[in-house]
Amino acid sequence: MWDHEIRAMVSTHAIIAASIVVATVVPAALVPDFSIYGTHLVWLYSVSGAVVAVSVAIFWLLGISPPTRKHSLGYKLSRLFRSCLYFFLSCLFFHTVVVLYGAPLIDSALETFSLAVLLSSLTTVRCLCVLGPNVQAWIRVFSRHGAMSVWDTCLQIMVALTVLGAWMGAFPIPLDWEKPWQVWPISCSLGAMLGYLSGLVVAPMWIHYNRKQLTYKCK
Amino acid sequence: MKVRSSTFASLILILEVLGVALFLRGFFPVPVKSSLSSKSRQNLPAEPLSVGSPNSSHIPQPLFKRVVIMLVDALREDFVFGANGRTYMPYTRHLVERGSTLSYVAKARIPTVTMPRIKALTTGSIPGFIDVVMNLNSPSLLEDNLIWQAKTAGKKMIFYGDETWVRLFPKHFMEYDGTTSFVSDYIEVDNNVTRHLDSTLKRDDWDILILHYLGLDHIGHISGPHSSMIQPKLLEMDDILKKIHAALISKEVEGSLPYLLVLCADHGMSETGSHGGSSEPEVNTPLVLISPAFKRKVEMEKPDEIEQVDLTPTLALALGLPISQNSVGRVIASVLEESSLRDQLRFLHLNGHQLSCLLKDSIPDYEKEAGFEQYRVAEKAHGSWVKRYLEGNVSEVLTNMGKKVLKQYLEALSAMSSALSKQLGKYDLYSMIAGMVFVFQLLLLLLLAMPEALSNSAAVDLPVMSALLSLPFYLLCLLLASVHVLVCTSAESSCYFCSLSWALVFAAIAFTSAMSCLLLAMMTRRSPLGLKLHGKSPLKISSTEWSLSELDVLLLAGTAGHTLSLAASSFVEEEHQTWYFLLSTLCLVVFQDVCRKYFREKRGPGGEEEVLPYKDNPKEELYSEKWLALATPPFVLLCCRLLRSLNQTGVQWAHLPDLGHWLNSSEHKLVLSLLSALCLVFIYFLIQRRCSLVSKVALALGLLGVYSYRSAVGNVLFPWQHSGRNMSKGIVEARFVYVFVLGILFTGTKDLLRSQIITADAKLKNRGLWEIYSGLVLLISLLFRPHNLPVLCSCLLVQTLMAQFIWKKLHYDAAQTTIMHYWFGQAFFYFQGNSNSISTVDISVWFVGLDNYIEAPAIFLTALSTYAGPLLWACHLVCYLSSERNRSPAAMGHGCYCLALLRSVPAAAYIVLVTVLRYHLFIWSVFSPKLLYEAMHLLLTAGVCLIFNTVEQSHTSAAA
Repeated sequence: MWDHEIRAMVSTHAIIAASIVVATVVPAALVPDFSIYGTHLVWLYSVSGAVVAVSVAIFWLLGISPPTRKHSLGYKLSRLFRSCLYFFLSCLFFHTVVVLYGAPLIDSALETFSLAVLLSSLTTVRCLCVLGPNVQAWIRVFSRHGAMSVWDTCLQIMVALTVLGAWMGAFPIPLDWEKPWQVWPISCSLGAMLGYLSGLVVAPMWIHYNRKQLTYKCK
Repeated sequence: MKVRSSTFASLILILEVLGVALFLRGFFPVPVKSSLSSKSRQNLPAEPLSVGSPNSSHIPQPLFKRVVIMLVDALREDFVFGANGRTYMPYTRHLVERGSTLSYVAKARIPTVTMPRIKALTTGSIPGFIDVVMNLNSPSLLEDNLIWQAKTAGKKMIFYGDETWVRLFPKHFMEYDGTTSFVSDYIEVDNNVTRHLDSTLKRDDWDILILHYLGLDHIGHISGPHSSMIQPKLLEMDDILKKIHAALISKEVEGSLPYLLVLCADHGMSETGSHGGSSEPEVNTPLVLISPAFKRKVEMEKPDEIEQVDLTPTLALALGLPISQNSVGRVIASVLEESSLRDQLRFLHLNGHQLSCLLKDSIPDYEKEAGFEQYRVAEKAHGSWVKRYLEGNVSEVLTNMGKKVLKQYLEALSAMSSALSKQLGKYDLYSMIAGMVFVFQLLLLLLLAMPEALSNSAAVDLPVMSALLSLPFYLLCLLLASVHVLVCTSAESSCYFCSLSWALVFAAIAFTSAMSCLLLAMMTRRSPLGLKLHGKSPLKISSTEWSLSELDVLLLAGTAGHTLSLAASSFVEEEHQTWYFLLSTLCLVVFQDVCRKYFREKRGPGGEEEVLPYKDNPKEELYSEKWLALATPPFVLLCCRLLRSLNQTGVQWAHLPDLGHWLNSSEHKLVLSLLSALCLVFIYFLIQRRCSLVSKVALALGLLGVYSYRSAVGNVLFPWQHSGRNMSKGIVEARFVYVFVLGILFTGTKDLLRSQIITADAKLKNRGLWEIYSGLVLLISLLFRPHNLPVLCSCLLVQTLMAQFIWKKLHYDAAQTTIMHYWFGQAFFYFQGNSNSISTVDISVWFVGLDNYIEAPAIFLTALSTYAGPLLWACHLVCYLSSERNRSPAAMGHGCYCLALLRSVPAAAYIVLVTVLRYHLFIWSVFSPKLLYEAMHLLLTAGVCLIFNTVEQSHTSAAA
């Protein structure tokens, strides 16, 4: 029924996953003594940058984002500006939530904020790409029966898995193994990344196997 | 037999408590004991192969004439030997570096609490963990010990210091002055010891002087090891040591035996200033032996590590006393170095003999122990050495041979000592398994009864009669009885369950068999509906649909995940993190639920399945209510975040600075006073809404009394306080509050009874319940330390907000509400600064309104203040569910059942975990304290379920 859409989704996800791998490998060549644990923030920002750039490019090329009524430059600029604002707000939101979960308020604020940036670029950017800077649409998609297209369902799965991954990433922190990845926020950002990667795989498969049950109100 | 859910749940919980008690009895090992009756005079062994010699069975000359033992409570090893040692204790440090001294780091065993440590130092045995719990009220020590031996040998002893000694050794001291421990005082308590010193040191009529200084420990409890009060206190201790040393030197007579001055500690202090656990700073204590008999030091040497109990045999031998029978320590060889080789060998032989006797009594196949064999070999070699020595051989060869024997002895001693220490970890497996079987049968019954217990009628049908009259019951009885006889007759070690009286054992066997039959009957009844068994969800059986909401998934996964997490020692140490994490997630999920409800309603088309009841409300009210409801979860989240930085607990991050320490430091006394006053006012306004007028007044006066109590004790400032008045114990103020607590409880009970007997008035009943609850709150506000009052305050605030805007409005069912209450209760348990180690139990509540230690109220108050969080939330649950009865009449039964289930699942799982991990490295330091906490929590939950039961009983009787 939505074969071509699923196919598009699979290829999109493949490209994003490849970009993540590239963003992990390339800094190893450029930055001296690069490692995911040692220079974690470098890896974190390189991966978030890659994910943001690739998703924006792909979704713009695919033209999935909702059609805009006006085509004036000013409107486009204001959309761009609002998208950036939303991205920043979502970083702040994630930061607050992480602090409320018990992250130190002042000590490692940079690490916490970096984690918030990673989470935002894995979740919010995709929302912005698929739904545009439109809060009403976001609320619709994330309420119980709100998905209106394959891409909405995919978005739900991806966001849920990413957040779940980051959530589960916090489990090993109290253990006394003294492993390098137990340092804040490595386990959480790795968890989020793994959640995101599994989302890339799971979402098209789940939609493919459940395509009989999926019915959307419009479209 | 049909039983209501709440009765069923409380019955199961009470029986579970019995099962857990049996398990605990088997789990905590009985200390190694010699078979000789305690304190019997044992015959000393003869020196090997020297029967003819006239002085063969004598102990060699004592090494020292007089001994002064200066015990400084909570003296950490690095206070003396560390980098700061020079500034903290300059004289002692000088002696350690240049004087004729021997210094060691003595390792204390857990629990690092004063009383068990004193017992260890005097008996040389390692008291079991259970000693802390069983002997809060230290009765006199019945075991063979150094003090008793000294007294029997006619030594004159004087003791000044901690009263525990006087209670442990009544009538042992020629002269004594016991100081009571009163934590907030750290000056007077030491002056009371020092004031006797001058006169005592001048006299000659004593042999052993023991001083126990408590001040340092109190400072540690108040403000930790880095406080500014530490240095003056240590300098004071140093001065005292200097004084004693000078006095001893001046008394020294040429030709007589030298003196010995011992500086030691019972335990250290952790980075937060408490003790009880097994961290390095708590365990490592300094031991400095000062005597002219030792070689003069030339430079600082790294002190050797020894066991704390090694001091006991050393002191006994050095004073010419027999070593106590149960001592597992080995003599410190370097103390004996200056005596003749023959004496040295004899000393080691005596120690070896004593250890081998203990080994024979406590290990069945002692002959296979490596240490025992080594001892036998060494004893033989010793014999031939003595023979040659007595023949007059004085060659170099003999000396070398003697040294070899010495080495053999030392190896044998260390092997035997470690074998005995290991023996302390033996478990009474049969009792443990019996307890475990009971608990698991009960848990299984609880789970099997779930569909009925959570049904609308909230009653469980138990086929007791058919189970009792069936054939399998009698067969099982016979089988189990024969198993019991078999196990008990073949068991080598002592077993508690076997030593019980026959009637009790038979009752237990009959109970187990009946339970098995009952379970079988229930299972066959369930089997047609096997589906229901499979889904363990307590939430969904009450509702018709099977789909779980996110909240249900979280509640189930969280409960299961927490139970599983108990298997890892770090997760047990940091259990508070688990609860905080789950609670934050809970708040977010509730927030999502709230958002979904209010935004969907606004958007219209989404809401299809239910008619929302608030639609007919006026628009503005709806609007404000909506925003309040939306604000509640983030507010609760914020509250929890603030509370968690109030008290750092656990192990890994316990040293981090927290608000509690900041508030308790003396510079911020004003802030603390204002904060606690504010909190008390808030508590009043939050709690008074639903009280009658009388209890309102009583509550206000009671809270005022709480503040004046705190100012009398000196925690907070009081505007009209007389500046000249000293700190008192605040007995009058505390008793004043107790009177009001009793008054409020009385009014509450009266209202409850009236609603039950005279008028079937639900309103009156709810008011009565709430009054009882507010009496509890008042009592807890008295017991809480002032910096913890915000915990109580926000507990009430969160309860009010959640009840008002979340639980009522979102129509959560009884099971969901119960689980949320339980989670909140657990989190608040840790918010108030508790952890899973014994050291965080606040024992200062023993003296709230009491002059001295009285066991029953002390235990009650400690339990109450420790479990304040879970208790308050459980009691709130009773109040809330009772007030929600109109909506669902079975709510009380469901709540009680869920509470019982929530408590018994982790308790049962933990028992199994502990049994599996019983040889784990951290079993004594991490897992066993948690086991005690779990057992105590189970007991309290059983109590709460009984309250549920009575309240629900009155419901039904009122309805009838």
